[in-house]
Amino acid sequence: MTTKRTLSIKQRGLTNFEAIMWIFTRLSALGMYALILFAVIGALIMGARNQMNLADVMRWGFMPNVTHVQNTDVPDLGLWASPFWKLTASALLLVAVAHGVHGLVVIADDYIAGEGGRKIVRLLSIVMMISMSGIGLYLIWTS
Amino acid sequence: MGLKRNVSLSAGLRYKGPAGYLTYILHRIGGLGMAIFITTHILASFVGGRTGGFFNEMYESWVFQIFIFFCVLFHAINGLRITILDLFPKLLDYQKEAIWIEWAVFIPLYAISVLVILRTAA
Repeated sequence: MTTKRTLSIKQRGLTNFEAIMWIFTRLSALGMYALILFAVIGALIMGARNQMNLADVMRWGFMPNVTHVQNTDVPDLGLWASPFWKLTASALLLVAVAHGVHGLVVIADDYIAGEGGRKIVRLLSIVMMISMSGIGLYLIWTS
Repeated sequence: MGLKRNVSLSAGLRYKGPAGYLTYILHRIGGLGMAIFITTHILASFVGGRTGGFFNEMYESWVFQIFIFFCVLFHAINGLRITILDLFPKLLDYQKEAIWIEWAVFIPLYAISVLVILRTAA
């Protein structure tokens, strides 16, 4: 085995914004796994076994919004449109937007090295994050 | 601000790293694919009408479903590997083995999914 090149998280420290976003990306990935699993289990409890096929359950799982179950055999959408699921969907949306927009910044940083370019990338990322979160929340709470 | 790198855009695009490069680039393609198409999907639902309907109907085509599910599933499974290895850095010594496990999980899952998508393709 070669010499150790890895440091524990404690030794690395979380001192600047990029380092905090580095750990956020990992933790939000776990968070999204948890939220999607939560939505799928919720669908099974609400009777998806008899009223939906696997693809419908997956579509609900990736975003537990009532518009994603409209074309299924679920007789009453009331339960699926409850504030409980709107809150779950909102949590998943906000975590996913933050994770995704930061991912785009990381990709852009690999190809845009100039100081000014990186500032523009960051400005655009903030605009995108706020607008997509706002539009997403609007769609979830008005559907 | 971050690292200073004097690399041009074209040199950056031509970069090819050592071990794990395939998963790295597929992770990037998957993430970009999701970012582009989920943004489109949200905007299309917001705009609604004929324009929104056109974009949202695209999601029902089997070709698109095969592509976007590759993005989602690969990004999710590779992301889980990255998360586990980064949160437990001792495991980074076994990165190659972890990538093999990752393919062993991804290939059957994705193959079954493609089969299901094709069987139900309209």
